[in-house]
Amino acid sequence: MMQKTQWNGFEGRLWREEINVRDFIQHNYAPYEGDASFLEGPADSTRLLWNELQKLQKEERAKGGVLDMDTDIVSTITSHGPGYISQALKDQEKVVGLQTDKPLKRAFMPFGGIRMAEEACTTYGYTPDPVLHKFFSEYHTTHNQGVFDTYTPEIKKARHSKIITGLPDTYGRGRIVGDYRRVALYGIDLLIQAKKEDFDHCGYGSMRDDIIRQREELAKQIRALGQMKEMAASYGFDISRPAENAREAVQWLYFGYLAAIKTQNGAAMSVGRISTFLDIYIQRDLAAGILTEREAQELIDHLAMKLRMVKFARIPSYNQLFSGDPVWATLEVAGMGQDGRSMVTKTDYRFLHTLENMGPSPEPNLTVLYSTRLPENFKAYAARISIDTSSIQYENDDVMRPIWGDDYSICCCVSATQTGKEMQFFGARANLAKCLLYAINGGVDERTKEQVGPENRPITSEYLNYDEVMHRFDSMMGWLAGLYVNALNLIQYMHDKYYYESALMALIDTDVRRTFATGIAGFSHVVDSLSAIKYAKVRTIRDEDGIVTDYETIGDFPRYGNDDDRADDIAVWLLKTFMQKIRQHHTYRDSEPTTSILTITSNVVYGKATGSLPDGRKAGEPLSPGANPSYGAEKSGLLASLNSLAKLPYEWALDGISNTQTIHPDALGHSQEERVRNLTSILDGYFFQGAHHLNVNVFGVEKLIDAMEHPEKEEYANFTIRVSGYAVKFISLTREQQLDVIARTCHKTM
Amino acid sequence: MEHLPEYPSQPASQPGSSKGHVTGLVHSTESFGSVDGPGIRFLIFLQGCPLRCRFCHNPDTWALTSGQALRVSADQLLAQALRYRLYWGKGGGITVSGGEPLLQIDFLVEFFRKAKEAGVHTALDTSGAPFTREEPFYSRFLELMKYVDLVLLDLKMIDPAGHLGLTGRGNDNILDMARLLDELGVPVWIRHVLVPGLTDKETDLREMDAFIRSLANVERVEVLPYHTLGVYKWKELGIPYSLEDVLPPSAEEMEKAGRLLHADR
Repeated sequence: MMQKTQWNGFEGRLWREEINVRDFIQHNYAPYEGDASFLEGPADSTRLLWNELQKLQKEERAKGGVLDMDTDIVSTITSHGPGYISQALKDQEKVVGLQTDKPLKRAFMPFGGIRMAEEACTTYGYTPDPVLHKFFSEYHTTHNQGVFDTYTPEIKKARHSKIITGLPDTYGRGRIVGDYRRVALYGIDLLIQAKKEDFDHCGYGSMRDDIIRQREELAKQIRALGQMKEMAASYGFDISRPAENAREAVQWLYFGYLAAIKTQNGAAMSVGRISTFLDIYIQRDLAAGILTEREAQELIDHLAMKLRMVKFARIPSYNQLFSGDPVWATLEVAGMGQDGRSMVTKTDYRFLHTLENMGPSPEPNLTVLYSTRLPENFKAYAARISIDTSSIQYENDDVMRPIWGDDYSICCCVSATQTGKEMQFFGARANLAKCLLYAINGGVDERTKEQVGPENRPITSEYLNYDEVMHRFDSMMGWLAGLYVNALNLIQYMHDKYYYESALMALIDTDVRRTFATGIAGFSHVVDSLSAIKYAKVRTIRDEDGIVTDYETIGDFPRYGNDDDRADDIAVWLLKTFMQKIRQHHTYRDSEPTTSILTITSNVVYGKATGSLPDGRKAGEPLSPGANPSYGAEKSGLLASLNSLAKLPYEWALDGISNTQTIHPDALGHSQEERVRNLTSILDGYFFQGAHHLNVNVFGVEKLIDAMEHPEKEEYANFTIRVSGYAVKFISLTREQQLDVIARTCHKTM
Repeated sequence: MEHLPEYPSQPASQPGSSKGHVTGLVHSTESFGSVDGPGIRFLIFLQGCPLRCRFCHNPDTWALTSGQALRVSADQLLAQALRYRLYWGKGGGITVSGGEPLLQIDFLVEFFRKAKEAGVHTALDTSGAPFTREEPFYSRFLELMKYVDLVLLDLKMIDPAGHLGLTGRGNDNILDMARLLDELGVPVWIRHVLVPGLTDKETDLREMDAFIRSLANVERVEVLPYHTLGVYKWKELGIPYSLEDVLPPSAEEMEKAGRLLHADR
């Protein structure tokens, strides 16, 4: 059993014998059932630094979205010397470390693809170093190069026509959460020792390719751990040993995360479930009288501030998919333990309180792991923060815990992953709305007229017949699922080969479980279109080539989002059928396939590339986001809509079912007290039925319109809204996306 | 999942009992109501109203019959409402509004009796306009009050002549009903819509306040701002709207009225 002086006062045994953070947490955390009255306001240092940072953010916006960029340094764990928010305020920073040498300066990250890295520079008026161009095109293969070397013509066509979009083939796949807590609890040396033991036990017997690959990956992980020490040392910290107090625990953990974001520019770079863990250190220091509540809050505020600063250099086409410059530094609070104790601690309050101390913010992507059994005090506090800031999302711990245990993190917007035990192969989404159109047109794209899908027999009748459409659609989905999985297999293979996440994987068990995350776009439109074909009359409108380009729907039909089983049953069928088709295919490294109904803000781009649909949505209009019902479909109020969503079985969409709802404050109650109580009731009712996720916005459309017209107003500088799976500053969206958000249902009863 | 109770699709005919049990004529329902009674509530709007309030935002509920309205049994309606029970928590429940729900008192009695049997908190949102001490209404009303946990009573105006001008009817019976509810000990929330120039006269409000304070069963007084979101419905129905020039009350006007009425908000 390992013994370290830094562990004095901690209980438990197993975590001392092996790397096991969960065991440490379970033996040492103190559930908190009280209210928020203990919380402290911002420390002076927090005010100073946050003011400074806001100035920089303003400057960044004024410069078109990027403050500064690297053009000649390839970002690695040790590529930059220490950086601070401000040299003058250096001593005020309780948590230090930046991605580059300057705040908000974006790193040059070419391993995913040199062209993307260069385009990101030139878009903002920077000139990338030609030497690096030569290096990453002639001497070194990038992830992007590897993928395009091996794509089939069919995949390229599907990608081009946008029936599959958002593939991570030009940047990091992300969605891997290193267990950054390990750095604090064990220190780097013990972690290296454990990985070396794994290395020693890997390769006895035959040197097959999987063993060789494993050995190479372990070697890379061990090297990355060494570099983390070096990076921390440049800031004056020795992280070879465990953290000995709360401030070190926060700092050590952040260094682990910093190594991840210095080396990977994944679409989602989550922080993970850290609040209960950090609370143990804070409690120990508070009890020992070496930390005050104000200082504890200061630590959490400063960590949150660092997470608000994470930035990557992106290209315009990426920003169209994921607008508002998100990084999904997702961070979870609350949840229940397997033993029935709530995992809410005072630090869970402290993290939510950062939204009060420093105002609303899209990052970190604060996520409440919700259970109807959470302490009522905490529920009320979270609801209040939601009403005031619209900056947090809720995910149902009661459906995730049975599958992922009680130490999972959210690795992207909404997807669960067991912390330190699991990684995910992230893979974009398939546009099932377009797939339905391919089924009707025999694989011909309704916009380009190109034969993209298999040359199946098209539907030639004037009026669509439900059974015929279902038959064709089923077969077209089978084709799409196969092609989609193959594209992802190529991408994940090349990513492992050319852009391996050494720093993140070094903080995950060697014997890692892998999930393979597919996704669905256009969900509600397919459901409503099939319902229209079944319950109303749908007439096809053809162009001169006989391709169906529009539909006339005669009569009424049930729509998804009204708690009407006739439509909702189609929704469940669609999810299960697609998932079954995905499962039929081999997935890379024997990963477990999952799917999501989640689109981020890509619903706008997907919609542009998708023709008219039988549900009445016209060509080019945005698809509805995530699993949300279609625009204007919700005729029976918010709760009917939530009931429809709650029918989708989470077990069939383990990567997540995203739902975003906006409630007018007047519709939520007259007083703050009423609003808090009512929002809590909504969450209880929704999640009790097994629903997975809810983004909650509380504001009126009038505020959005005013913010769109007057982005310069001070009050809108940090106006944050929840969109599909994450939060953004509203004024950083394109006008097109702002209009899309405004068009969505705002629940309001007068 | 069980199937939604499906409404019969034939257009509404005469109110009352067709197949041996009472049915109701429902204008519409809303799954999420949070400002018509305590907590989160399922809202039911019954068709038909005897008043013709000049500021009404739901004139489409006036007609006693409507091709758009649905005829349902109490069981069907309750089953639909109970789908949202999980959201109600400790405070919420069902509110029946209108139109004027007391016009369908037989249906109301049956519906609320069944709702109470199911343990649901029930609220009746009424103007009191159909109230009378004449039979058979009066006995039915007394029975109804056994199943009603809360009455949301809309007091439009206290001055009888003003009330007549505003709504087309006097208010003697309404004030009588308010006193009866006090005798019966039925909890009441008073609601008053503030229409600038019409229902905001200081003397009227003082008189209304005195009346309210003479009642012991009033738990809450709410002043609701007049709004114009329903004006388009008048246009659709081709009814001339007499308040074209009236704007919603300002925050100051709301505050003043609230003070005069000792409103809780």
